[in-house]
Amino acid sequence: MREATALLPRRREMHPVAYYPEYKTSAVRSPSLPLLSMESTPSEEHGPCFGHSAIGSLDNNLITNYTQGKALALGERIRVHGQVLDENARAVPDTLIEIWQANAGGRYRHIKDTYFAPLDPNFGGCGRTLTDANGGYEFFTVRPGAYPWPNRANDWRPMHIHFSIFGHAFGQRLISQMYFEGDPLIELCPIVATVRKRSQLERLIAPLDMQNARSMDYLAYKFDIVLRGYRQTKFENKPQGM
Amino acid sequence: MAQELDRLIETPSQTAGPYVHIGCLPSFAGVEGVYPQDLAVTPFAQGAAGEIITITGSVYDGTGTPLCDAVLESWQADAQGLFAGQKGADEKVSGFCRFAADKDSGEFTLRTIKPAAVHGRNKQIFAPHIALWIVARGINIGLQTRIYFEDEDNHADPLLARIEQDHRRATLLAKKVSTGTYRFDIRLQGEGETVFLDL
Ligand SMILES: [Fe+2]
Repeated sequence: MREATALLPRRREMHPVAYYPEYKTSAVRSPSLPLLSMESTPSEEHGPCFGHSAIGSLDNNLITNYTQGKALALGERIRVHGQVLDENARAVPDTLIEIWQANAGGRYRHIKDTYFAPLDPNFGGCGRTLTDANGGYEFFTVRPGAYPWPNRANDWRPMHIHFSIFGHAFGQRLISQMYFEGDPLIELCPIVATVRKRSQLERLIAPLDMQNARSMDYLAYKFDIVLRGYRQTKFENKPQGM
Repeated sequence: MAQELDRLIETPSQTAGPYVHIGCLPSFAGVEGVYPQDLAVTPFAQGAAGEIITITGSVYDGTGTPLCDAVLESWQADAQGLFAGQKGADEKVSGFCRFAADKDSGEFTLRTIKPAAVHGRNKQIFAPHIALWIVARGINIGLQTRIYFEDEDNHADPLLARIEQDHRRATLLAKKVSTGTYRFDIRLQGEGETVFLDL
């Protein structure tokens, strides 16, 4: 077990703003007072650990996992792959990634989704995997459809896959969304626009990766993820002031 | 020009959205059969040392309405103040739990082991607490906070000591309802706003 070291402070300016009135729900769900900032403590520096035994062999294949391989989901077959690193460019191995998404028609399998695009009887919409020793991961799925949502009069979410990543420390916990290169709806989406820094927003857009596509089978998109890093110092365990 | 810092930047967060349960608590969403069971529905196994406690509460928006679509995660030490994976930690305590606000009432319940105080760097001692992470539609980056306990000695806790206003410090204290039962409400915005953390 690694000794707990302080996490690098989170660079909040690289994240979405909490209050963004064009995304209407954020207006009443964003704290109005400043966050309390201090150096991370053991509660943020340790984190839950998930073993390989907890992950089934089909868990990262959303094309087959809902029917346990009996039938295939409808839609454009894609592979989504990438690497998880920390801010010090170290690979993050054995970390849990969970994804969820709408089906090819833009409909979620969720008790609260009432959009009239049909459910796909062969598609559940969730998957999970652990990164390998180099922080690498891959999912097989179908390209999710864009969908309308109640916000402004006619808002549509661009095609996207939701990502949940753990890292090895609770303070690294992150949920985000992956968008698809070339989707014109990205520029129109107020949820995307909560990330005010253009260079950061672009990091959520996965490029088409034909090198990793497979002929007569699937397209590929590459989505790399960076989690918070640890402070690196040779003096960490010396008493203060020495 | 100075040298460039060769450091990467964290991937930006995005809201978990209203359908977060599909990925994190699929059986809540009505998605059955992909996984044998949802991940981390309890933070301890039978036989874990310590007092079993139940904490209930709600997450309120700025209008005072409870969120019915929030997902919460808790992470904590065991009854000796050790985290899972640390030497000597209770093997029956994973310390991690995931739970959702009820889809109709918005109330959540966490049944867990009461943690002990935790020792940090530089001889810091943190009073017994549970780290919480809250995500939902309209929350653009997960909100961190902590549950402390009003019936514990919190006076020397380094984090609580950093909160200037007494009434704000109280937003992090679970209220004792009866033996083993606590109430912890979270207010996202406005009157009684919970102290959220950046650690
Ligand atoms: Fe979505």
